[in-house]
Amino acid sequence: MAAEFTREQVATIAALAQLELEPDELDLFAKQLGEILAYAEEVQQVDTTGVPPTASVVTRHPSDRDDALVPSLDRDEALANAPDAALDAGLFKVPRVIG
Amino acid sequence: MSAAMTIVGIGEAVRSRVRSAVEICREALQRIEALDPQLRAFNTVVADRALTRARDIDEHPQDWHDRPLAGVPVALKDNLCTRGVRTTASSRILDTFVPPYDATAVARLEGAGAVIVGKTNCDEFAMGSSTENSAFGPARNPWAMDRIPGGSSGGSAAAVAAGMVPLAIGSDTGGSIRQPASLCGIVGLKPTYGRVSRYGLLAFGSSLDQIGPMTRTVADAAVSLGVIAGADAADATSVPEPVADYRSALTGDVRGVRIGVPRALLDGVDPDVGGAVRTALDTLVARGAALVDIELPHARHAIAVYYLVATAEASSNLARYDGVRYGFRAAASDLKGMYAQTRAQGFGPEVKRRIMLGTYVLSAGYYDAYYLKAQQVRTLILRDYDRAFERADVVAMPTSPTPAFPIGARAADPLQMYLADVFTVSANLAGLPAVSVPCGFSQDHLPIGLQLTGRRFDEATILRIADAYERDTEWATRTPPIATR
Repeated sequence: MAAEFTREQVATIAALAQLELEPDELDLFAKQLGEILAYAEEVQQVDTTGVPPTASVVTRHPSDRDDALVPSLDRDEALANAPDAALDAGLFKVPRVIG
Repeated sequence: MSAAMTIVGIGEAVRSRVRSAVEICREALQRIEALDPQLRAFNTVVADRALTRARDIDEHPQDWHDRPLAGVPVALKDNLCTRGVRTTASSRILDTFVPPYDATAVARLEGAGAVIVGKTNCDEFAMGSSTENSAFGPARNPWAMDRIPGGSSGGSAAAVAAGMVPLAIGSDTGGSIRQPASLCGIVGLKPTYGRVSRYGLLAFGSSLDQIGPMTRTVADAAVSLGVIAGADAADATSVPEPVADYRSALTGDVRGVRIGVPRALLDGVDPDVGGAVRTALDTLVARGAALVDIELPHARHAIAVYYLVATAEASSNLARYDGVRYGFRAAASDLKGMYAQTRAQGFGPEVKRRIMLGTYVLSAGYYDAYYLKAQQVRTLILRDYDRAFERADVVAMPTSPTPAFPIGARAADPLQMYLADVFTVSANLAGLPAVSVPCGFSQDHLPIGLQLTGRRFDEATILRIADAYERDTEWATRTPPIATR
């Protein structure tokens, strides 16, 4: 695994993460992500043959809740924080999606 | 700070009507007003709301006086949702966000009689170890104003250490309660994963995050845990394990308790830190505890594992901040541009770095080598602890390898900053409860913390040991110079 990043690789990751980066950020992150991953590579040395992954440490789950109707968030409250929401129509609003 | 400014002291004063909740609330607000311009511990102070609430408690003693936190001023880390009170996670992307609901922990605190006075500064989205990653500027350490208070719950730690409030709530994903508690000379408890509901905590690393109390004394932490602990239908990872009476577990008796010490891990810690921890262990031995050598052979990989797992989870959790439903939105002519520019302008550098790292380790071609591998080593770290707990009842370590460092000292080197978490991250990876309790000062008069890690859901034992230690020392009575002015 290469622990060095090119600006192009950083730009590809940024696009996946929906982040628009400035040119100087591309250079900085190329250096810093490379350094952090070079350190993190040490996990490769550990023998994990036959070791299952741990995704969660929860050992006991509560029983399923009743399948009952409960009040949910009021629509006006749900829209109250939305930038540029169409409050009368009860809708979130976003910029143009299709060219 | 006087002893009357502990939770236990306030409870007694309010119940016996020696002091009113309004008086206590005003005192807290005055201290905040006097000290916060320097400390920057708070993002938001809700003075009117707090006084209204305190008045209600005074006017209805029959409803409130038997509650465990009646009239206790509380500060909340600004990543806990508070209905009607701005909740920012110290991020520009949420700087106008007013939640329409309360976090379960917040509702439980208020139900127990707590008076919320404000929201505390933290690293943006709880990502950091110094509170320097706050969009609102760094908080300061009350013991040394040119130093960091630790992080990410640095504002909460500074507020308690400076005597502004007897209780602040923090969140801990890799040490964010314990490390600032240690660096500010207070008690900080990260409960077992699943002990406290995470509902309403702005998610960072969902398999690691826990909410917990930060206080002046261990007894206060015990009382607070009793209030916020317990299963919650709104968080499927909260566990229906009975909630112990943590306060009555504080018997002072540690005879026969086996304290595991991973000596190999302690090489290379700051000499003042190592000395203070050894002296603290001697104190516990004098009370009847026994030290046993243990090994945690995979603990040296914990930081690498943590920064792979936590960033992967963060990159997924923070995908929701897209400018559509809440928070900041950048002007843009099309939807994709709006997403990318909102996130570019709304997030600070450390959050971007972690989102990038997490996106990379989860991406096709690298998932197995990084994320899956890290999860396998996480299993080995868990097994190390299981084995240690066959020989020992708790594991003792320093909380932080060094005392508080100067503001700016590590800001340019993220990896150096990550190494500050060497002793704290493994409790999160293994889901174990851990407490930091003050155990002395460095030659520069900076606080040092002892960390005790326990078995799953055995907060009672680590609190009992920490309390017994506290009884034999006078660290809990020390106050920073700024708080005595």
